Amino acid sequence: MTIKQLSIFIENKSGTLIRVLDLLSKANIQIIASTIADTKDYGIFRVLCDQPTQAYLLLRENGINVQLADVLALSIDDTPGQAADAVKSLSSEGVGILYMYSFLWKGKGVLVMRADPSEKAKEIITIKKIGFLTEADFR
Amino acid sequence: MSKFPVPDNSCEFFDQEHESMTREQIEALQVERLKETIARCMKNPIYKQRFEEAGITPDSITSVADVRKLPFTTKQDLRENYPFGLACVPLKECVRLHSSSGTTGNPTVILHTQNDLDEWANQVARNLWMVGLRPDDVFQNSSGYGMFTGGLGFQYGAERLGMLTVPAAAGNSLRQIKFIRDFGTTALHAVPSYVTRLYEVMQEQGVDPRKDTQLKVLAIGAEPHSEEQRKRIENMLGVKAYNSFGMSEMCGPGVGFECKEQNGLHFWEDYYIVEIVDPETLEPVPDGEIGELILTSICREAMPLIRYRTRDLTRVLGRTCPCGRNHIRIDRMRGRSDDMIVLRGVNIFPIQIEKILMQFPELASNYLITLTSDADNDNMLVEVELEELFTDDFPRLLDLEKRIRRALKDEILLTPHIKLVPKGTLPVSEGKAVRVVDKRKVYQ
Ligand SMILES: [Zn+2]
Repeated sequence: MTIKQLSIFIENKSGTLIRVLDLLSKANIQIIASTIADTKDYGIFRVLCDQPTQAYLLLRENGINVQLADVLALSIDDTPGQAADAVKSLSSEGVGILYMYSFLWKGKGVLVMRADPSEKAKEIITIKKIGFLTEADFR
Repeated sequence: MSKFPVPDNSCEFFDQEHESMTREQIEALQVERLKETIARCMKNPIYKQRFEEAGITPDSITSVADVRKLPFTTKQDLRENYPFGLACVPLKECVRLHSSSGTTGNPTVILHTQNDLDEWANQVARNLWMVGLRPDDVFQNSSGYGMFTGGLGFQYGAERLGMLTVPAAAGNSLRQIKFIRDFGTTALHAVPSYVTRLYEVMQEQGVDPRKDTQLKVLAIGAEPHSEEQRKRIENMLGVKAYNSFGMSEMCGPGVGFECKEQNGLHFWEDYYIVEIVDPETLEPVPDGEIGELILTSICREAMPLIRYRTRDLTRVLGRTCPCGRNHIRIDRMRGRSDDMIVLRGVNIFPIQIEKILMQFPELASNYLITLTSDADNDNMLVEVELEELFTDDFPRLLDLEKRIRRALKDEILLTPHIKLVPKGTLPVSEGKAVRVVDKRKVYQ
């Protein structure tokens, strides 16, 4: 049910992000969605792409601090209230969300999140029949 | 009748005989005392062997320049002969020891006879008298006590001068300010960064140092500070602040002190022979040029040190002074010839920081220490490369920073700012990592 996301440790300095993007594009890796979260000193660049494992190995070989994180990609209707409902159904059962971002994919909204505990989140999604995407959807 | 008479208040000198000597008199006394010191050192097997190898006897010394025939002594010698290997008198004649913290290798120990302690107190009293303090002053010592010589050194010296002396020790600013007000403290000894802290607390408490206290003289030392920092302290508190130099190997504080001219520190040449050498070639450099300070203690019984390499970089400003003292004037310390960092009075070696960082498997081996000074404080930034991104969770990264900060605090007694950086981003020069960048104004 989860998909693999790249989490890349970057410095808050111009040039560091460009280096990562260059490496990915030269290897013909397609970025589907991305977001940056940062503190004063550093940031984490989170990327969904079409070939996460290859991208991970490539970045590692180039000395970049990268991790493969398991995240959920919920598929929701692109209408007001849908995202809130999905989050509510998880949090009402005691599932915490470590981070979340969203994007549009083929006319539908996608909510990407890391949930904790992850197993509990998967149970709720199954029971409540919340739609989700798999890696195959992005290939 | 005291063994140590104190002069009349009107006298400019605490020890007129020695303070107002001519250059010729100083040098004659130095030759005499150096010969005595060599004879004393010959009682120690390590010195004896070294002198014999160099063909040195007391008679080898006919002028002060002959000190250059003698071999150097280093901190490493003190460590290797820890604790009592360099003693020149039997232990039963010693009455005190001071020791450095010793976080790198063996600590160092310095022994004192009663006579050493008396002479140490005389030097400190001489300094405090020189800047106008008299027995009717109240002296508060806000320096750490215990093994750190700034505590007991100033305590005994201020008492020798005859002042009411308050051993307030370091820390607890509210209590310090209460003492200053209640006891009518007129003179204070502290590290410069702590003086700034005291002023901040005074402001928070609505205390105006000019109106609400009788402070007039500050002795500041034990950490590098710039002329601007001194002026700021003087303006903040409405006092005169005088730079103090000491090192436990020589005794402690008292070795050198500024006179009212505030143009270099008088190093007391009846107690020490002062040399400035090129730290690479170890050859003397001309007056005015920066080199490493070398000190020979020529008045100590328990542990005289011959041509001790202080690793402090400074220069000679002059050998005469309008104040009437012809003892050599030495500039404020300009840096170190080794990698020791002096921050807020604490001596730190990068290896101590490295040792702690290596205990964290999340971290790579490269790190960079940057020292900066803002208006009042010296700060340390430790940048360290992340080995693996073990989480993509900010709270866990912040927790790692917190754990590193705490472990470093336990080791170096200061809290640095920690910055995690991606692997491979810290500067590397000629294959060797750059470890320390000192951006503090004092070195510019
Ligand atoms: Zn002078």
